[in-house]
This record gives sequence, C-alpha cells and structure tokens, in this order.
Amino acid sequence: MLTVHPRLLEPDDPVERTPVDRTQADRTQAERIAAAALPGTATDTTAPASPPEPVVVAAPLPARQGLGARLLAALPGMLSAALSLGLFVAFWYFATKYKLDFYIRFNNIPSPGEVWQNAVILSDSVRFYENMAISMRRILFGFGIATVLGIALGLLIGQYRPVRALLFPVFEVLRPIPAIAWVPMAIMLWPSNETSIVFITFLGSFFPILLNTIHGVNSVDPVLVRAARCLGASESALLRQVILPASLPHIFTGLAIGMGVAWVSLIAAEMISGQYGIGYFTWEAYSLIEYADIAIGMIVIGVLGLACSGAIRLVGNALMPWLASQRGAEK
Amino acid sequence: MTDLSTPTLATPLFPAANADRAAPATGHIRVEQLRVVFGRGANATLAVDDASIEVKPGEFVSIIGPSGCGKSTLLNVVAGFVAPTAGSSTVDGKPTDKPGADRGMVFQQYSLFPWLTVRKNVEFGLRQQGLPLSRREQMARTLLGLAGLLAFENHYPDQLSGGMRQRVGIVRALATSPQVLLMDEPFGALDAQTRQVMQQILTNMWQRFKLSVLFITHDIDESIYLSDRVYVMTARPGRIKAEIPIDLPRPRTPEIAFTPEFLALKQQLRALISAESLLAMGGELKDGGLEGFELSVGEKGVGDLL
Ligand SMILES: Nc1ncnc2c1ncn2[C@@H]1O[C@H](COP(=O)(O)OP(=O)(O)OP(=O)(O)O)[C@@H](O)[C@H]1O
Ligand SMILES: [Mg+2]
Repeated sequence: MLTVHPRLLEPDDPVERTPVDRTQADRTQAERIAAAALPGTATDTTAPASPPEPVVVAAPLPARQGLGARLLAALPGMLSAALSLGLFVAFWYFATKYKLDFYIRFNNIPSPGEVWQNAVILSDSVRFYENMAISMRRILFGFGIATVLGIALGLLIGQYRPVRALLFPVFEVLRPIPAIAWVPMAIMLWPSNETSIVFITFLGSFFPILLNTIHGVNSVDPVLVRAARCLGASESALLRQVILPASLPHIFTGLAIGMGVAWVSLIAAEMISGQYGIGYFTWEAYSLIEYADIAIGMIVIGVLGLACSGAIRLVGNALMPWLASQRGAEK
Repeated sequence: MTDLSTPTLATPLFPAANADRAAPATGHIRVEQLRVVFGRGANATLAVDDASIEVKPGEFVSIIGPSGCGKSTLLNVVAGFVAPTAGSSTVDGKPTDKPGADRGMVFQQYSLFPWLTVRKNVEFGLRQQGLPLSRREQMARTLLGLAGLLAFENHYPDQLSGGMRQRVGIVRALATSPQVLLMDEPFGALDAQTRQVMQQILTNMWQRFKLSVLFITHDIDESIYLSDRVYVMTARPGRIKAEIPIDLPRPRTPEIAFTPEFLALKQQLRALISAESLLAMGGELKDGGLEGFELSVGEKGVGDLL
C-alpha cells in the first residue's frame, strides 16, 4: 500500500519551496496558500488576500515570564508556607521543652534541637546512606515492575475481552487484600527477605496502576479508534499508537497513587520483616531508644516519598506535552 | 470574508493537477439492496432497508435525510465498521468488510489524536504504511500547505479552532491517497461562515485529488452546493426516496445559491425532506404538536396561557 498521489509532490507545488526561516516564512506562506485555496482569489491579485478563516490560535502557550517576576509572584505563597512550618516547629519545640502531657505525652519525644544534632551526626554515617539507598532500590524494583506489568496487563485487559475474562476475576479477588497482609505469605513464597520486601512494594503499587490503566483504556474516545482503523492501523499499532497515548493521563494518575502506596507498603514491610532500609532504621531507632533518630527516619521517608512523586509528575509532564496546551485552552 | 463574494474562478486553481484529469478508474462505490438490523429479537432496530446507492469514480455524492434515518449506518457499512445484514457494499468490486486506508473518513466529532501535533496527525496514516520519517514529513507538510495549515504544523489539536481541526481531519484522511472519501456531517459543528469556507476548501481538494466523495449532511444548501448527485433518504428505516442530479456548472461559488436553478433544486429537496422529517419526529407532532405553535401568546408571554 505504498500508493502515493504523484500529484502531491509536483515540483510546481507552491509549498515545495522550503522556507528557511521557519516561523515567519511559514506563516506568510501558509496565508498565501490559504488565500490561494479559495476560488476567486487565486488569480485576482488585486483583491485583498484575506485568510479563509480567522487564523486564530485558540490557546497560545503561556508566555514565559522572567525569573524575577515569577519569584515575586511566588513570594506571598512562600512567606505563608514558612510561617506555617515555623509555627509547627515552634509548637514542637515548646511541647518538648515543657514536656507537655495532656493525653498526648511529649515526655519522651525528642526536641527539634536533639533531632538536628543527631542529623548532623548521621550525615557522616555510611550506614545511614546505605539504608536510604536500599529503600530506594526496593522502590525502584517493586514500583518499576509494577509499572511495566500494570500498564501492559491493563492495556490488554482493557482492550481484549478474552484477556479480561481470564485475568480480571483473579485480580478482583486479590485486590482488596492490603499489601502488608501479604508479609507472612511473602516471606514463605520468596527465597530471600529482600525479594519478599520488593514483592510487597510491587503489590502495593500494582493494583492502582493496573486499575487506572484499564480505566484509561475504557475511556478512550471510540472515534479515535475508528479514525485510526480508517488510516490503516494494525491491531498492534492501534494499541501502541492510540490506546496507550490516549490512556496516558489515567496511567499517570495510577502511577502517582501507586507510588504513594508503594512507600506505605515498603516502610511497613521493612519495619516488620526487614534488615536495612529506612523503615527498618526508624523501627530500630525505637528498639535502641534512639528517639531522635525516629524523627529523622520519618522526615527522610517523607522527603524521599515527595521526591518520588515529584519525579513521576516531571516524567508525566515530559511525556504528555499536549496537556499543557489543553490546560491553556481552558483558561 | 470579502473573498467569498468575488466572482467566478477564471482559471483552475491547480493547473497542473487539472491538466491530467482523465477520469480515474478507481473509487467506485456500490451499495446494493443494503439492509442493516441492529440488535436481536424484541430490541431489533431496522436502521437501513433496501438502500441502493452508487458513487462513480470521481463523483461527489451527498446523502440527505431526517435525523436517525440511517445515514451514518450506511456510511459505516461502506467504511467497514458495520456489516450488512443483507445486500452488499463494494468499492471497486471489493466488499467493504473491514476499514482500510483506501477509504478515508472524516467524522462529525473532532477526531484528531490530541497527543499528536497537527503534522504528526497527518503523518499517522503514512506511518502505518511504513514510510520513512523524512518522506512522511515532506508529504504531510505539502498537504498542510495546500490546506493553509503549514504555520500550525507543530500545534496540538487543542490549540486550533473548530474549522482548522476539521481541515486537518480532511488533510489527514487524504494523506494516505484514498480513492474514496467518506464524510459524516463533517461541518455540522461549525458556524455558518466557517462552514462555507470549508465547503470551498473541500471542493478544491476534491477537484485536485479527483476523489469519489460520499458526503452526509442535514443541510440542503450544502448538499446542492457540493454535489453532483443527492440521495434523499426516508425516515427510519432508511430507504432511498429520491435521487436528484445536480446539474449546476462548476466551479461553483456561494453566489450560485441565488440562481433560479439552485432555488428550484432547493425547493424540490425541501419538499422531499420535510415530509420525512415529520415522520421521523413521530407521534407527538402528528397529534397536534404543530398546532400548538399556532397559538398566539399575549403580552405576558406564556403566563397568559397558564
Ligand atoms: N450500534 C447500534 N446499535 C443499535 N442501534 C443503532 C446502532 N447504531 C445506530 N443505531 C440506530 O439506527 C438508527 C439509524 O442510526 P444512524 O446513526 O445511522 O442515523 P443517522 O441518519 O446518521 O442520524 P443522525 O442524522 O442523527 O446522525 C437509529 O435509530 C439508531 O438508534
Ligand atoms: Mg449520523
């Protein structure tokens, strides 16, 4: 099917003269052609050559502001955020200083100062960084496998009825079981502690990714599928070039949720069965009565989780540039 | 829009294209005694019944008929999305049992892929044919240039106006060099001004590529202005009620709508369709629904009646 209209590419086609300066040259050329595409103006050069239709871009991409202007605009938000955090730390400071005890007990809670001192000490500890790295590696493997499997199975289940009939009931039965409930079973199933923790992390993120992918496939506009078929798309091209990109926004919702659940499952698994890892570090600090380290572990877990979610958002924005223009259009 | 009122085109728009305009041998649509039933048993809907139409190579044919009469169904059979219950549909003798790039289609809804830029949308069909990137790009840019869209090749569909999106849709359907273009009320969602411009662009494209076009519309003027022939369908189940040849000279300009020949055709088509539209609206109109509109309402508006 390589039939191509030879007429398409005749040398006297006006567009064959490739413009050098892209933006300006293209625009004027396009307008010229647009004007020429209307009967009556093709030969009549004296008539005002107005474009056939208001050449209006519905939503130009928002212009980039200067750095200074953007900083200035962000200033009130930053100030209120600093105030909010400051109040929190101040409360923490005074609550621990006066050993507040009103049902909630601050007797043993480390003060911000103690936490800071321990953090300075820990920042020299290789083992501490190892714990962080090990947790990150578990997230990487568990979440990574969940991403690949969740998206692939989600596409197949969403698109093909027989696959859905075969696989979906199993997933429906397994889905309500929280990943942490799998810990004892996982320890028996997998040869090492390490693999069972990765498995728990995987389980936590797999279902949100799977379900959101299926949802994404089911909400693909049928007219896009029909358009693709009319353009000669094969079954596999349809899946890769239409269903997948059309489902990406839902898939990334699933990834964001999945990342959150992956951290929840990982920390729980590390606390229960782990050796190493930031969750294990936090639990160990409790056993060793290193109370300041508990707070450090918690803070590090929060920061790492935030960084992972941020990374997903960044990847999502990079992979779905068209959403930026959609958002622009809504304004 | 001053250019719309300028008189007829003196010379053909694309001389080179028109020079070799020998009648093309391909793109012959034949639908014979087509019958389409949706559903089974008590829920069965007879959408199209005993409809036969033909589009000869290079011909522009419209189908017009009341809402829900089965126009889209008929078109979908030719496109390969719906299987005939009885009868046959062929393009160049080949049954249209599945969709393919030999039959381009333009939909009423916007159907551009929102994640692809305008040029990548146009390239989609070429990509399916395995053309190398540079060639695809070149062809897409040539086509976009013809439609006056080159400046927008790197825009996403959401950044375009409705008329531009539909123009890209047409260009995308043409990119794979189909012999047949199927259009299901492609301009239905556009305002009257844009619509008129789109009709001219379509006429130009059709003449340039010498396609066979099967065009569905609600709009009588549109069907006369564009077509060589118009089929009128009955209310559901859709049958072919009349076949009206449009022997108006080409090239046509919007002013043709004021000629006596055009007005006579319009009169004729309107008479054929209004009877069917009443039927299609069903019982509520027949049972005095229309009489209600003859009630005159006093100064207080509807309040007087209540
Ligand atoms: N997939 C389907 N399943 C069941 N019934 C259908 C299906 N597609 C269409 N129909 C029915 O067939 C009839 C004809 O539909 P069709 O869409 O062809 O009409 P149409 O002439 O294109 O209408 P419109 O002018 O509103 O687009 C309608 O009554 C519709 O409800
Ligand atoms: Mg329809």
